[in-house]
Amino acid sequence: MAGRVVTPDSHAFPTRRYDLVKEFVTALVVMALLVVVFAAAVGSPDEKAITMKSWAANAPFDVVATATSELAGTSTTAGYGPPYNRASDGQALGPITLQKWFGVTHPVNAATDLVINPVSTLSDSATQAAVAQWKQASADQQSTWANNYANALGKVSDGDPAKVATGDYGPVPVIAAGELTLAKGGSLDGLLTTSSTFYGTDPTNALLLLADGSYMANIANAENLSGDQWGMMNESGHYPGQPWLWLYTFWYQIPPFSTSDNADVQVMALMMLLSLVFAFVPWIPGLNKIPHGLKLYRLVWRNWYAQHPEAVTATQTTPTRV
Amino acid sequence: MVSSPPLPPAIPLDAGFVHWGFVNLSVPNIIVIVAMLVVFVLALVVPFPQDRP
Amino acid sequence: MSAAEEQAGENRSWSSAVVRWVSGLVPRGQWLPDRQPGYVASWIYVFGVSALASLVLVIASGLVLTVGGVTWWHTSSLGHFVNSLHLWSVEFFFATMVIHLWGKFVMASWRGGRGLTWLTGAFSFFVSIGTAFTGYLIQTNFDSQWISTQAKDGLNSTGVGSQFNVMDFGQMVLYHVALLPLGVLVMVGLHVVLVRRRGVVPPFGAEPPAEAGVEAVSGSSEGGVK
Repeated sequence: MAGRVVTPDSHAFPTRRYDLVKEFVTALVVMALLVVVFAAAVGSPDEKAITMKSWAANAPFDVVATATSELAGTSTTAGYGPPYNRASDGQALGPITLQKWFGVTHPVNAATDLVINPVSTLSDSATQAAVAQWKQASADQQSTWANNYANALGKVSDGDPAKVATGDYGPVPVIAAGELTLAKGGSLDGLLTTSSTFYGTDPTNALLLLADGSYMANIANAENLSGDQWGMMNESGHYPGQPWLWLYTFWYQIPPFSTSDNADVQVMALMMLLSLVFAFVPWIPGLNKIPHGLKLYRLVWRNWYAQHPEAVTATQTTPTRV
Repeated sequence: MVSSPPLPPAIPLDAGFVHWGFVNLSVPNIIVIVAMLVVFVLALVVPFPQDRP
Repeated sequence: MSAAEEQAGENRSWSSAVVRWVSGLVPRGQWLPDRQPGYVASWIYVFGVSALASLVLVIASGLVLTVGGVTWWHTSSLGHFVNSLHLWSVEFFFATMVIHLWGKFVMASWRGGRGLTWLTGAFSFFVSIGTAFTGYLIQTNFDSQWISTQAKDGLNSTGVGSQFNVMDFGQMVLYHVALLPLGVLVMVGLHVVLVRRRGVVPPFGAEPPAEAGVEAVSGSSEGGVK
């Protein structure tokens, strides 16, 4: 094409010796040394996992409040929507409701799966009676009891169940206390993870319960790990995290995403779009001209340009000819 | 829901964070990013040995 | 059967077709040449190979971790050290890969029909991010608990979470040690083959001495690719 500037075939240029294998082996040795030095000098973080036992020991009232919110249907999991339940439609991008379309693939009934089923394994007569009373009651009655208790707990400054005023709570206080008993005894993790299978490789329900409480989030907040603290790129302790996620976590910090109910799907969609733009930069007019304008390539090839002044002239005419 | 249950005793020490407007970066991450930029600039300006033909 | 017919039959065989295809992927003598074009003379060229070297270290340290199992590193000081090697090789892998990316951007290395090389590099980066992410999920510590319960919301919002459950430890272990590393190796492999196939991009304005004044036919426009 006339006037079209072409990039010639690299195999046609004069060459000089360049030992690729030696370069690779040298790089391997240098990188290995760097990795060993940093691994030895800085190490890596390993903050122990929270157990239900440690949650119960450090924040027993939070366990009770969380169990109550599962029964009342007010916890995050209870109102989540797909893929756990149909309590809501989940997030939407305008008319596109991917979360709803993909449906419920991991069914979770927050009250039954996270509280009633584990608590029903307690054999004391008070708990057995409370569970029986809960199961026989109507959904409306269950909701009234649990919401009454949740409100009453909220009125106590430290959330201590012992300080709650008397009221119409039905069996909820006994059941919530049962959850705390199981957590303190160390059996709640297992009941949530391995009750239906010997090999407990899927702790989804235990993690959902933990995430519904405030305890884990408070620890994460103290370590700058929350979503609104650029937490996605941070790490616990004195360690670098995932700095390559800077742009992903950046969007969560600014409006409209920081105040949106659909922030997750909006940021995901935006990052998909930006990733495609990045991958297709070579074909995007304007973006593919930026390097020529930046002129940093003059530094990379400065020796070669010093020997080929005619090429420098050619680069100056390129923009008008492309 | 209880607003702020007590934290466990053994939380790792804060890594140190730089707050600048809405920006919140950990010192280790800043060190990594700055080091990458410095290495990039050095790669552009430090002469490459070219003794062999 | 004449010798010519026999020859033609061999050329039509599936085996010889594969041989021709493989040998045609990269120009003769360019798989592992001991010479490079004269303009390949800058430290910026060492970051691609540094990322490759780091990837070797990532895989090697990861394989050592698999010997002990997923929770070995919590109880063994040797295991913890190997975990540290794994973390730092990943940090160096990403750092060198990103510097390589910056370098290739300022050189507009997609010129001359090298768009697919850039594309496979970009996808190597994306798959690497996914692989690193699943690594954080299978540490079986507080980080895994926090990161999985946070990340589930983003993935659920797109429907991906319906099949890819970041809180399902067993599923994430297999993604991290099998599916996703395979994806990284495939993308990086394609990338390296394309680099060897097309060679290192010439400087802006360059014309090979033999063809000076004659428009080369194999290239494309300076700004973009065809």
